[in-house]
Amino acid sequence: MTSTLAPVRTRPRPASASPRRRPGAARARQRRLVAALFLGPAVVYLLLFYGYPVVQNVVMGFQHYTISTFFTGQAPWAGLDNYREVVGSPLFRTALLNTVVFTVGSIAGQFALGLGIALFFRRRFPLSGFLRSLILLPWLIPLIAASAVWKWLLDTESGAINRVLVGTGLVDTGVPWLSSTSLALVTVIAVNVWIGIPFNAVILHGGLQGIPDELYEAGALDGATGRRAFRHITWPMLRPVVTVVLVLGVVYTLKVLDIILGLTGGGPANATQTLATQSYQLSFATFDFGQGAAVSNILIVISLVFAAVYLRLNRRAVDE
Amino acid sequence: MGHRCASTTREGPPPAAPWYDRPVSRRAVTTAGLVAPLAALLAGCGSTGATGPRTLRVLDTYTNDPDRTIIGGALAAAAAEVGVTLERVSVAGDSLIQRVLQQGSSGTLPDILMLDNPDLQQIASTTALRPFDALGIPTDGYTDGVTAAGTYEGRVYGLAPTVNTVALFYDVPALEAAGIEPPTTWSALREAAAALTRGDRYGIAFCGNATYEGTWQYLPFFWSNGADERDIASPEAAGALDLLAGLVRQGHASTSVLNWSQADVKDQFVAGRAAMMVNGPWQIPELSGVEGLEYDVVTLPTRDPATQAAVAPLGGEVWTVPATGDRAKERLAAQVLTRFLADDSILSMAEQRFTVPGRHALTDAFLERRPEMAAFADLLGDARARTAQLGPDWPATATALYTAVQLALSGQVSAADALREAGEYA
Repeated sequence: MTSTLAPVRTRPRPASASPRRRPGAARARQRRLVAALFLGPAVVYLLLFYGYPVVQNVVMGFQHYTISTFFTGQAPWAGLDNYREVVGSPLFRTALLNTVVFTVGSIAGQFALGLGIALFFRRRFPLSGFLRSLILLPWLIPLIAASAVWKWLLDTESGAINRVLVGTGLVDTGVPWLSSTSLALVTVIAVNVWIGIPFNAVILHGGLQGIPDELYEAGALDGATGRRAFRHITWPMLRPVVTVVLVLGVVYTLKVLDIILGLTGGGPANATQTLATQSYQLSFATFDFGQGAAVSNILIVISLVFAAVYLRLNRRAVDE
Repeated sequence: MGHRCASTTREGPPPAAPWYDRPVSRRAVTTAGLVAPLAALLAGCGSTGATGPRTLRVLDTYTNDPDRTIIGGALAAAAAEVGVTLERVSVAGDSLIQRVLQQGSSGTLPDILMLDNPDLQQIASTTALRPFDALGIPTDGYTDGVTAAGTYEGRVYGLAPTVNTVALFYDVPALEAAGIEPPTTWSALREAAAALTRGDRYGIAFCGNATYEGTWQYLPFFWSNGADERDIASPEAAGALDLLAGLVRQGHASTSVLNWSQADVKDQFVAGRAAMMVNGPWQIPELSGVEGLEYDVVTLPTRDPATQAAVAPLGGEVWTVPATGDRAKERLAAQVLTRFLADDSILSMAEQRFTVPGRHALTDAFLERRPEMAAFADLLGDARARTAQLGPDWPATATALYTAVQLALSGQVSAADALREAGEYA
């Protein structure tokens, strides 16, 4: 079969061979047409799979979109009702605060540990390649499976973690990791940090590889070694990668849903309720899709604002 | 190439170059690559709507045995009598409504649909279901609870062959060792839980998680104490909630009840980490299989049995006929359900699944076969449907109730404050 496909002959180009010269305008038009043909599928794809859902979600936020809508097709216009209802609910403030704490805590933990691990693995030592690939493990496990196992490990009475703590006499009774309102959010953040470390470590490690050794050699001559080398060479060179890691990290973390649902379901007493879980519960537990869409729109705006502010700050820093 | 296998057994004189021996051009490969998935997609879409005139599609949530086989057997028997074949799909319970909504919007609802009873009124309010009187399915003789759960705006849209509720399971040797009788009052329950808490074992386990399961387990205490779901911030409701919160506060129930599902509660009981538990008869098949576990079941205690009767929340699945627009199939579906809901069919399902018949008249025959279910049969005679008062608005109150349970059990606020705060969500 391959033989019939193989020789792709380069045909003589008629345009250059032809003595007749086309006017430049026609050629430009033709080039634009070709460009449009190449762009077309991508644009259609984007509009269909990204544009339409976003627009639909924004519209849904202004509608009384409930179970009935699926059968009757009617979604009466609600104006700002959904937003008023959602923002006025006592749950919203809790969820917003939890979202901020969860995001900041997760990103800080993931980034610090990820950077530490990336720096560590810059050195070569026996088994470093093997150990580096082990770091990827949390990334390879389905999130639902990971959260189910963590839920076991963290159980107050029978969880392995508490068994060890009680067994070694560090605590008298099991720590209520997931059932205490003051601890649950911290625990969920810790699990999310564990999940996020591979992403941060891998990207930052890649960034570190891109810094030429000559810089360190030159820096060493000027007395920049150890911590000073990190401050004056590694960090400035790593900045673009750091930007990417942080922006992506924040966007990923804002929308984290499966881990929280798997570990606590937003409880106890809404202690781990975030905007993402609230949106999910409004849409898929109470089936008020209008209010669910309103919360997720608020979440999208927060994501966008953060990304915009961060990129702007970063650009200014580069310009200076 | 997938299409090669098509015509290897062609008869007659072979043409000089059969199409499959001709060289395959790149364009043909590309075309096949583009067309094949598209064709498969279209074929897939077509098959969901285009079943034969005597094939009915059934959707339920019995994904696990033994329920899956028992319900399947009853459906198959009913279908055989009517002379139709069934195409049955079982999905996980928590994804059923999403599935129904998808099917509703794409016009592919099944011909027979199972729903959890508190969801029925909400779905019926959307015009997705056909009323039983229009289809001629008998609706007489069911308990008030079953009828209330299946009725929307005066018409019956679904009925439950068998029903269940929650009661108190206890570890017989543990209570004997402590020298106590199964509790019948709240104060006896508190004392029993205290006396039974020893080392690794808590006195009692129940489900207080942030889902409708948490609401469901709070309801028997809530209702038997005289509280009403139309006004949850009442002293009666607070009294019931404080009973549960007190058990956790005193350390006689684990703080993990905030996260446990009813299945987790059963696991704790089986593992010997709780001497009593609040749970339902659907756990009995599994409990009976545990070696060395000796348990018994009694009605949940009330605060003052002299003046208060135990009130059971009605659990169970109702069967409905969706409005698919195909009148002939709706009639066939009605015939299948009529047969499915006949006495012998209900009794057989009830016996095998440890659930109580939804019709009064069958209780005695049922208890002859399953005398150990007496506690549940008593309770279910006048079990209360969750949607009896609030109808399609129940989910909002159910959410408020489990929020209150979580607030109070986590010790954040008093039971009364928890109900007041949670009321703002309803």
